[in-house]
This record gives sequence, C-alpha cells and structure tokens, in this order.
Amino acid sequence: MTATDPYRVVEAVWRIEAAHLIAKLTRMVRDVGLAEEIAQDTLVIALEQWPKQGVPTDPGPWLMATAKHRAIDLVRRRIRYGEKLAEIGRALEIAPVDEQDAVDDALDDRVGDDLLRLIFISCHPVLSTEARTALTLRVLGGLSTEEIARAFLVAESTVGQRIVRAKRTLAAKRVPFELPPPDQLAHRLTSVLEVLYLIFNEGYSATAGQDWMRPDLCREALRLGRVLAGLMPEQAEVHGLVALMEIQSSRTWARTDGAGAAILLGDQDRARWDRLLIRRGLAALARAQEIGGILGPFVLQAEIAACHARARSTQETDWSRIAALYLVLSHVWPSPVAELNRAVAVGMAEGAAEGLRIADRVQASRALDQYPQLPAVRADLLAKLGRTAESQQEYARAAALTRNAKEREIFQAKADSCSPVD
Amino acid sequence: MRYLVILKAAQPDGPPPAELMEAIAKLGMDATNAGVMLDMGGLAPAMNSVRIAVDAGGLSVVDGPFAEAKELISYVVYDVRSKEEAVEWAGRFMRLHRDLWQGWEGEAEVSRVFGPEDFAPQG
Repeated sequence: MTATDPYRVVEAVWRIEAAHLIAKLTRMVRDVGLAEEIAQDTLVIALEQWPKQGVPTDPGPWLMATAKHRAIDLVRRRIRYGEKLAEIGRALEIAPVDEQDAVDDALDDRVGDDLLRLIFISCHPVLSTEARTALTLRVLGGLSTEEIARAFLVAESTVGQRIVRAKRTLAAKRVPFELPPPDQLAHRLTSVLEVLYLIFNEGYSATAGQDWMRPDLCREALRLGRVLAGLMPEQAEVHGLVALMEIQSSRTWARTDGAGAAILLGDQDRARWDRLLIRRGLAALARAQEIGGILGPFVLQAEIAACHARARSTQETDWSRIAALYLVLSHVWPSPVAELNRAVAVGMAEGAAEGLRIADRVQASRALDQYPQLPAVRADLLAKLGRTAESQQEYARAAALTRNAKEREIFQAKADSCSPVD
Repeated sequence: MRYLVILKAAQPDGPPPAELMEAIAKLGMDATNAGVMLDMGGLAPAMNSVRIAVDAGGLSVVDGPFAEAKELISYVVYDVRSKEEAVEWAGRFMRLHRDLWQGWEGEAEVSRVFGPEDFAPQG
C-alpha cells in the first residue's frame, strides 16, 4: 500500500468530490436517489480507468463531465425512470453537456448553493432521524453503507434500507431541490444542526457498545459542520455548533486512559487537550458572537464548553457563569438534561446541597428515569455531602442503566469504592 | 487523521506570480470549505531562522541562512480521512506551482500527526 496506489487515490479523490458531484447531479436530474446512483456509476468508471490511464490532473471536472454523460446514458436507457424522462430531458436541455460546461462547472459559484440544497434535503424533516443521519453520511460524507453500519453498530442491510427508503420518501413527497423559503429557514436549519450534532454525539459518547468514542463519526460531523459554516457564514448557530464540536473534540486525548477506560471531564489531564482545536473552537464562538442576535442553544452550549476550555482546572472553572448559561439554555431550549447539567454547575458554584436540590427536582419530574447520568450526578453530589451509602446506591443504579460498557466500569468502580468521590 | 505538510522550495528570484497567489488562495478556500484545513502558515525567510543542533561536538546554535538550496516555505495541517486524501490536497497545491511559476522547484512532505486513535487500546 503506497501513496500512489491508484485504487486508494481514486477513493480519496472520491471522498473530496462526492458531495459536490451528487449536489450538481441532483440539480440536473432533480432526484437525489438517481443522482447518487449516477455518482456511484461514475466512481466505478474512475476505478476502472484511473489505475490504467493515470489519475487526471484535475479530477473534479473529469468526474463531473463523466457523470453528466453517464446521467444522459442512464436516463435514455432506463425504463423504470421513464416517467421522469420528460422532466429530466428538460433539465438536461438547460444544462447541455460539453467540455466547456465541465470547465464552467468547476468555476461555478452556484456549486456552494447546490451543496447547501443537498444538505437541506438530506436533513429534511419529512425523513426519520435515522434516515437523515444515514443519508447525510452517505451523500455528504461519501461514506459507504458498510462504514455507516459499522459506525452505528447496525447491520449493513439496515443502513441500506434506510437510505433507499429515505430516497423514496424524498421522491414520493416531491421534496424540491431548493433552499428553504425564508419563513422556514430557522426550522429547517435546526433540523440540519440536530442531525450533525446527533452524528457527533453518537461518536463522542457512543450510546451502546464497547467503545467510549467512535472518532470517525465525530470527525465527519465536525467536518460537515465546518462545511456548513463556510456555506452559511451569517448563521450564528452554525458557528455555535462548530465551536461546540471543536471544543468537545479537543478533549478526545484526555478522555481515556492507557487501558481505554473513560476519564470524566473533572478528572482529565488538561495538558492533553488539543490546543489547536480549542483555538479553532474559540474562534468559531467569536464569529457567532460577532453575528449576535438571540442566543441559540448551540451558541450557549459552545459558551459553556468554552468556559471549561479556558479553565486550567476544575477548581478554576467559572462555575457561576456556567450555571447562569445553563439557566439561559433551559429557557431557550427547555430540557431535563440541561437542567441536570445546571445542577452540576450550581453544585460547584454554590455547594453540593444547592446542586442536589435541582437534581432532585429533575428526578421528581420522572423525565430522566432511564438516563444513567441522573443517578451519577446525584451520586456525586451525595458523596460530597458525606451521604456515602446513598451515593454508592446511586452509582450502582447508574451502572445498571448505562448501555456503554466503559461508562459502566466507571460507575461500578465508584459504587464499589468507599471513600467520597470528588 | 491529522497530517502535517511541510513545503521546502528553491524559489526563483522575484515575487511569486499573482496568478499563483490567487490560485493558492482559492485552493486554501476550497480546503477550508471542505472542512479539512485546520491550520496553515508561511515561514519567514531562513535568514531569520536559528538552528540548534546536538552532535558529537556538543550543542551548537547557528543563525540562518543555511547552506541548503531549498528552504522551508510554509506548513499546512489537514484533518482528513486517509493519507491519500492528504496527498491529494498537497498534490493540488504542488500542481499549481508546477503550472504557474516557471523555474520553481520544491517538495512537500506529508507526515501523519499521531492522534488519539493511534493509541487506542486494542480489542
């Protein structure tokens, strides 16, 4: 395996170009499923030709020109797309295929718009959450069905079906390949940001399985977030999400010990935090602040993450500010999880008793009955108050609730230890 | 995966062609917009550099410029999914120099920066 292994070179170029290719093809044929199929066919052609003839000097335009020819071929030959023929024929007339066109496409400013349209339809609210994440990773991340399946610990056939169904739904509901109208933009953007953060979180705190983190998912979500920030530089929440993901990613090194056991935020060696990612995160947050406007949930969460990133230790952390930010967050985006996090911050800023009062209210609401972090937070606060037996009980409950093996080890270890945990 | 690309070159006299600078800026924008460029920087001429060496003779501190024909020009840090992807981005950068600056000779070294995944416990 060398840097010039043609198959791996094709794959690398593909990953760089796939989303742009699918975006432009979708504009041509008005069907993301068909566009993706044509893109895959183009990949096959490249895999056949490049190893023999060499990689073209400028592979992007080559792929686009080939894809366009392929699109015309496919449209002419396939009966099952017959009903689309008229429509596609018109689209192709508008976009004639020739060499000049390929060059124009390479310089085309609308490329970004097409990519943005593709992001918005991949994360369209008509699709289920699972369908959105699978389709996003597939058409925007250029991940194979197998890679997505591995990342989410599900069968390859399951992911395949999700993608097929997602494409069918988009076609059946006649979801247009357009940017959302202004009155729907906020709602639609929220859906996009949620999908990206969901992918990130699935990687960052894997909800099930043996791995504490699945870094590929984190990296892909972060990369797509950066892409989105480039496409929508005027949206504070996009920068907020990027800032949040950059800062959270900066802790990756410090989150596990040599044996792979998880280390929680308070116990992490901050010298191992990635300063480059922190710097990028703080810069993204600064951009969000420059834009201003009403504070959205992602900017607020990024502000909180930044408080941790700036602090040299748990003790030197500005817990009062974090508690205040969580209070604002709970108004903007009411969530029992945010309220639980506020309990932690208040516990640090004002004392464990105050924190426990909030955590107990969350518990009484019953909204987080199955959430392992609730007993874990209560356990920590109880331990600080010297209520050791209750604390151990709560840690045991947390261990029983979590589906993550590494996390279970942490909680179990704390449940088994007799000394108060801080 | 993170890659560090270090560029060394022997530059022809005179400033780089405007067309090249424009193309480099566009490529940088492409890489940033693709979410893969984490950091980059240009280095001041080697006459401003200092080399600290340890060898059999002990430790020495030497001011630039140095004897080599090629000097360090710039660095880029990429966040990509494979070595080939880093090589593709760096290759695009080098092709611009080949095509737009006559007489320019240089080399880019693409090196993997260790990441947490390299130290993940097996099994």
